[in-house]
Amino acid sequence: MPVAKRIIPCLDVDRGRVVKGINFKNIVDAGDPVTIARRYEEEGADEITMLDITASSENREIVYKTVEKIAGEVFIPLTVGGGIRNISDIKTLLRSGADKVSINTAAVENPDFVKEAADKFGSQCIVAAVDSKKRIDENDSWEVFTYGGRRSTGKDVLAWCCELEEFGAGEILLTSMDRDGTRDGYDNELNKSISSSINIPVIASGGAGSLEHLVDGIILGGAEAVLAASVFHFSEYSIEQVKHSLSRAGIKVRLINN
Amino acid sequence: MDKVAVIDYGMGNLHSVGKALEKVSTKTKVIVTSDKKKINNSKRIVIPGVGAIKDCINSLKSEELLEVILENVKKKPTLAICVGMQILLEKSEENNGITGLGVLNGEVKRIPNRSDIKVPHMGWNQVEQIKDHELWKDIENKSFFYFVHSYSCFSSNSAIAMTEHGKKFVSAIADQNVFAVQFHPEKSQKNGLTFYRNFLNWKGEV
Repeated sequence: MPVAKRIIPCLDVDRGRVVKGINFKNIVDAGDPVTIARRYEEEGADEITMLDITASSENREIVYKTVEKIAGEVFIPLTVGGGIRNISDIKTLLRSGADKVSINTAAVENPDFVKEAADKFGSQCIVAAVDSKKRIDENDSWEVFTYGGRRSTGKDVLAWCCELEEFGAGEILLTSMDRDGTRDGYDNELNKSISSSINIPVIASGGAGSLEHLVDGIILGGAEAVLAASVFHFSEYSIEQVKHSLSRAGIKVRLINN
Repeated sequence: MDKVAVIDYGMGNLHSVGKALEKVSTKTKVIVTSDKKKINNSKRIVIPGVGAIKDCINSLKSEELLEVILENVKKKPTLAICVGMQILLEKSEENNGITGLGVLNGEVKRIPNRSDIKVPHMGWNQVEQIKDHELWKDIENKSFFYFVHSYSCFSSNSAIAMTEHGKKFVSAIADQNVFAVQFHPEKSQKNGLTFYRNFLNWKGEV
């Protein structure tokens, strides 16, 4: 049996608090990141991703402190993203206790940055985040967006993911902007199109609202890991429940008594 | 108070190793250091490592730590993690071929590409304990640990655990006072912390 599929709860953090919005808008408060991270670890989360949605320079110190606190108490991998622009940002985050960093806008604007970061810190800690939006006029085609989904780039998602693999990214965090916050399920056409074309893991993100959606992300979307926020934050489903439902669907997962 | 030295040679997130050891340590002081004297004065050592093997070996060379490691590995309880383990083997085919320290038997090869598995091998996988060892105390056989690597050792005379990702590989090696793991105990939640506690209690005699 190969590696287990991963469940990754995501904390969208704004000025030191976990928040959740719909289609990147209408933000509501969901709690303290350290408390929530600890609860997720206890319930069997395989990793934790923390995205700093403010991503402003005056906010960096709060982010580093939050990362340090989580890393001191939670002994599963922690990925941190949001506003990472250069090598020294990565260095500071890794030193604060992050295991991986997720790079988005800076990768599109300067693809050499991904290469440089992967060379310096190893592919294992470079997650390339790709915000994707379906092209209305074409089938099976998606466009890359940057700046938290505010700016279109004209880039094709599939071509971009292949390039990111070349550059040395260790994983792709693939977010469907059309589905994010809608709870209609992942865009599995998008997930399948990418996961079947590259050899590095794809993390499906955007749209999970039920247990079936998480199963579908893996079986239909071919994702190695599924990321979700709102399903977990308001305790509708515990991570343990999710894992049992995946396990019943025949998917290899790490159950917590193991 | 006895000390455990986590060898700091500037590669990756060594602090998580230090933090996890601190979490379970009752009688041992944890130091993350590149200071030769401190390493020599410690009771046991940990050799971490992430990233490319060539960079790891080059950093060890430039910090003049290779000899210190070789000296300490001969006599103290030693734990090597991930690329730290790979450095101790005979050779690796990563970075167009690298000669290892040859402390442990085995060589490192690229995980073969197959359509049904992803490389890097990233995530939680089961560790099958093929021999008993004090470091497995209170850890059930086939427990899950966290892995992230693209190169593996596929056979070793001193293999003590195996894991499968497309193909079986050696996930832990034990030879006298040296224990080496491909997984990351510091990221493996309760099993990882139990493993570190066992390491701190281990006599690890030569």
